Amino acid sequence: MPGASTPWRYARLLRTQVRASLLQGLQYRVDFMLDGLTGLFWTTSAILPLVVVFRSRPTIAGWSFGEALMVTGWFTFLEGVLEGAVNPSLSEVVEHIRKGTFDFVLLKPADAQFLVSTARLQPWRATNVVTAGAIFAWAFHLLGRSPTVGPLAAAAVAMTAAVAVLYSLKTLAVSAAFFVVRVDNLAHLFDAVFDAARWPASIFRGTVRFIFTFVIPLALMTTYPARALLGTLPLGTLALAVAGAAGSLAVSRAVWTAAIARYTSAGG
Amino acid sequence: MSLRNTARAFPTLLRIGFVDAVAYRAEMFIWVLATTMPLVMLALWSTVAREAPIGRYGEAQFTAYFLATFVVRQLTGSWVFYDMNFAVRNGTLAMRLLRPVHPLWAYGAEALAAMPMRFAVSLPIAVVAMAVVGAHGMTHDPVLWGVWVASVIGSWLITLLVNLMIGCASFYIESSLKLMDAWLVFFFILSGYIIPIDLFPPTLRALVEWLPFRFQIGFPVEVMTGAHGRGAALALLGGQWLWVAAGFGATALMWRGGLRRFAAYGG
Repeated sequence: MPGASTPWRYARLLRTQVRASLLQGLQYRVDFMLDGLTGLFWTTSAILPLVVVFRSRPTIAGWSFGEALMVTGWFTFLEGVLEGAVNPSLSEVVEHIRKGTFDFVLLKPADAQFLVSTARLQPWRATNVVTAGAIFAWAFHLLGRSPTVGPLAAAAVAMTAAVAVLYSLKTLAVSAAFFVVRVDNLAHLFDAVFDAARWPASIFRGTVRFIFTFVIPLALMTTYPARALLGTLPLGTLALAVAGAAGSLAVSRAVWTAAIARYTSAGG
Repeated sequence: MSLRNTARAFPTLLRIGFVDAVAYRAEMFIWVLATTMPLVMLALWSTVAREAPIGRYGEAQFTAYFLATFVVRQLTGSWVFYDMNFAVRNGTLAMRLLRPVHPLWAYGAEALAAMPMRFAVSLPIAVVAMAVVGAHGMTHDPVLWGVWVASVIGSWLITLLVNLMIGCASFYIESSLKLMDAWLVFFFILSGYIIPIDLFPPTLRALVEWLPFRFQIGFPVEVMTGAHGRGAALALLGGQWLWVAAGFGATALMWRGGLRRFAAYGG
């Protein structure tokens, strides 16, 4: 049972799950091509407005084109994580609950949250990571510098915090599935809000900015890593982001545990 | 499947569609809320315009433009392709084919019947938004509002026909859902949904004005915000309805060709 497990065992379990997803993904190569192509166009749709805007002036809300591209790069990266790793697994939970097959997950001798979070990965979404890399290269080229170790490390930490927060928010959304059945809309709503993370946080004003910093921390997700990569993120802010991420993980874990305690099968 | 049968069944089809829309009103409301893209774009453009206007757009113009975008998208959106793809995949289309009404008309009726509900859900949001920003970004010409109504109908029809065509595409290819993904990307970029058409670089703009995407969102929005005079608006309306006519033709062809390939699995 979960308590008696070793990290080693979970690492092996993770490897098995990833391999299963990979094999499944390899069956649909045409999908891969189409997905990759559409993904590329979606990225274009995120960049094109910036191109149009920065044609008429050098900076917007304190961001130059190269700097704003860093945010778009992280946005593309996180979108890949969201759609490749977070969304598919969590929508599977909803399906399990609806059909009552969640019993089989609970019966397995491993942590249920770990199992459902790693069950369904879409390896093709890794194309987003490549696209993001290209955007960073372009941005650094425009800014006329190259990345150094310090900022890269800070950005890695900030991105880890961002992924943790993203994952926690999604877990919270899915925990709602134990109380009300139709949450796919909720998940969809979240994705719609996430679209706003494509711009630097200082584009937003007033209440909206407050919400995007503290309630749905979009600023933490893309703007902080971008600033870290640019070397302009204060260490204190980074530490706060990490603390916030750890906090949100703890909260989502607690809510998840409370939620599955309420689970009362559904036939199946 | 005579036209007379369809005409007789149409009121009933509308009633069914309406009841269906009412049953899923909460879902529809969430879909409305999830249409955040115009607002996300508004945040960017209004920050830009606050520093200095861009083209003919100041902050107020951008606000009017993207609120209008939100409304037009609500009124003209359609997801029929999804139902149709599903019906072709699992064979339930066979049941629709048995009915004495052409399935495409039935799908059209369902989409049309959801309109009152869409109005009811999105109109309050539009009214509140307009009240907050003031009505000054909007045209005051009644003739243009007439053109607007026609343009929204045209845009609704184009969107519906594209949906039906992509639905028909599932007779031919497996990944017709991906086809919609691809169409949506172009729709987002080229329709004026995220960037007003007149802010496009000139070369791209010339191309965009000939493509159907612009008539799905940009054109009604431009009419609503008073970007065109009467003459220009009417000329564009003609262009839009040419696309509608082309869409009718292409949909009919795809349906006829596709149906021959259709074999109901299971059902």
